[in-house]
Amino acid sequence: MFKPLKTVTSKTVILPASNIDTDQIMPARFLTMTTKAGLGEKLFNDWRYNKDGTQTDHYLNSAAAKSCEILVGGDNFGCGSSREHAPWALSDYGFRVVISSEIADIFRNNSLKNGILPIVIEKGAHQWLLDHPGEEVTIDLKTQEVRLPKNGGTHSFEVDAFSKHCLMEGVDEMGYLQNQTDAIAKYETTLQSS
Amino acid sequence: MGLVMLKTLFDKVWERHVVVPQTPTNPATLYIDLHLIHEVTTPQAFTVLRERGLKVRRPDRTLATIDHSTPTLKNEDGTRPYVTPQAEAQVALLLANAEEHGIETHGWDSDHRGIVHVMGPELGATQPGMTIVCGDSHTSTHGAFGAIAFGIGTTQVGHVLANQCILMPKPKTMAIHVNGELDDGVTAKDVILAIIAKIGIGGGTGFALEYCGNVFRDMTMDERMTVCNMSIEAGARCGMIAPDQTTFNYLKGRKFTPENFYEACEDWASLATDTGAKYDREVHLKAEDIRPMVTYGTHPGMAMPIDALIPTSKNDADEKALEYMKVKGGDAIAGTPIDRVFIGSCTNSRMDDLRAAANILKGRSVKSGVIAIVVPGSENIKREAEAEGLHDIFTQAGAQWREPGCSMCLGMNGDIGAPGELIVSTSNRNFAGRQGPGVRTVLASPETAAASAITGVITDPRTITERAA
Repeated sequence: MFKPLKTVTSKTVILPASNIDTDQIMPARFLTMTTKAGLGEKLFNDWRYNKDGTQTDHYLNSAAAKSCEILVGGDNFGCGSSREHAPWALSDYGFRVVISSEIADIFRNNSLKNGILPIVIEKGAHQWLLDHPGEEVTIDLKTQEVRLPKNGGTHSFEVDAFSKHCLMEGVDEMGYLQNQTDAIAKYETTLQSS
Repeated sequence: MGLVMLKTLFDKVWERHVVVPQTPTNPATLYIDLHLIHEVTTPQAFTVLRERGLKVRRPDRTLATIDHSTPTLKNEDGTRPYVTPQAEAQVALLLANAEEHGIETHGWDSDHRGIVHVMGPELGATQPGMTIVCGDSHTSTHGAFGAIAFGIGTTQVGHVLANQCILMPKPKTMAIHVNGELDDGVTAKDVILAIIAKIGIGGGTGFALEYCGNVFRDMTMDERMTVCNMSIEAGARCGMIAPDQTTFNYLKGRKFTPENFYEACEDWASLATDTGAKYDREVHLKAEDIRPMVTYGTHPGMAMPIDALIPTSKNDADEKALEYMKVKGGDAIAGTPIDRVFIGSCTNSRMDDLRAAANILKGRSVKSGVIAIVVPGSENIKREAEAEGLHDIFTQAGAQWREPGCSMCLGMNGDIGAPGELIVSTSNRNFAGRQGPGVRTVLASPETAAASAITGVITDPRTITERAA
């Protein structure tokens, strides 16, 4: 269950490293949690906290970052494990949009299920974002556009029609699948063994 | 004069499972034959079922085990030293959820408990032509049997528990051809690391891979599983190999193998890609070009031949990775001092892997100061290895022989290295901190790991075998 997402206007948090993997976003030692509560605190834990638990000076610890809804990562964001704890933590922290030049499949898929819009944007616009931390950017899901301020221009992005619909309306896929029960039952009659 | 549609292995298996076809506005509804579950990625899914009053639609198509959070040591009194009470509670919750929903579970009392991707094939639950999902990205392992198998997140675990289906657009297909003859000492692990190094860690994003060519046809099932396991490290959610006699021989007589076995084999054989069928992309590697591989950076695409020099960094990201690993471009990787060796994980914890490691460790000793641990993939493998005396070879060499589990593949069960340590690991990911904060991971084959354990430095296993001869 998540809030519908239509437009997002927010300053950006920039994490310029390439290949940010899900072990960075959410280290495995926190995966013993059996709820989703408080995962935002653990987001990028090993970047944000010293061994003694005190905060580092990482930008994600700043008050400015905590009001941002858009995360811009370096090339190829979200590779690695299928842990949904990664998008849960991003969502709990307050992010609604993740932008990169490439986004890993499972992370992308998990993000969409949690009201986070993953945007793959062309290299030039991606570089502009990396070069302009803290600028206010608008994401319009209906028109599938990223609008950058100053000389940044407007850039379109792709999103499949179904995911777009689900995000904009806050549609729950469980309900959608439950409505297909008859088709599923019919398919099951064709299976030879159980 | 009808046109015959030529189809790939992936196309054929996909089509058999479409419940509601894909349209321009909706993904396909795909039926799932087998759902494997474990303690880490299911608790929140069962919570959703409970909140909505939903049942598990097909407990008979669901199999549970415990592997990620489980300790690989046992106390003298039989209790298990969980890393935290939370880890113990998570395991207990899986067992309770599975029992409540009538799901066959391989917990502590089962002779078949093991890493979920080792257990499924061993039970014969993994079969050609199936769709298989699990809340774990290394579900791609099961593609070795000619199944479409891929990792899903917890939301989709909930979807499959309740509906036995997932919503998914059809991915593109990529064939990876490796033909020729592998040199002695070049293993399945080296082949897949060479593939990932070639196409890159994002190279397979959006694709289902099929491994084609005599190199894969000549592999055992254990070796094929090693290859398919790491498909996700190239960004591909699934990687498949056409089922053949090797597959059928493996499956014969296992717990879940179909009763009409020969009929089933005939059907499975028909799944192979039709000659002339088109893939969206094709990649070719020559077997003769592949050497024993190790990683030198902080993702599996940063892999190199063990006898080569570390590539110089081309960008900031590479430079940071080399800094983290405390290695320099232009230096040899062989000869780098190591602290630990880990032989195990869903990539390399099966009998072929343990035999290969034992073959090198036999009559030799782990270098003083190096900690080596060997973790069998399942209770079955543990028993089989002990029946062959492999555990004696390991312990006599000074390595630890542990209880089955994911262990040091991911630092969540207490098996981790100390900050700064270098671990030669047969697992699948060398991300920064994966095996403990600040730990440096070098991915390698069981042969390379065992050879390195003996010398205390990263070692080309071919040099060890030569010495023994």
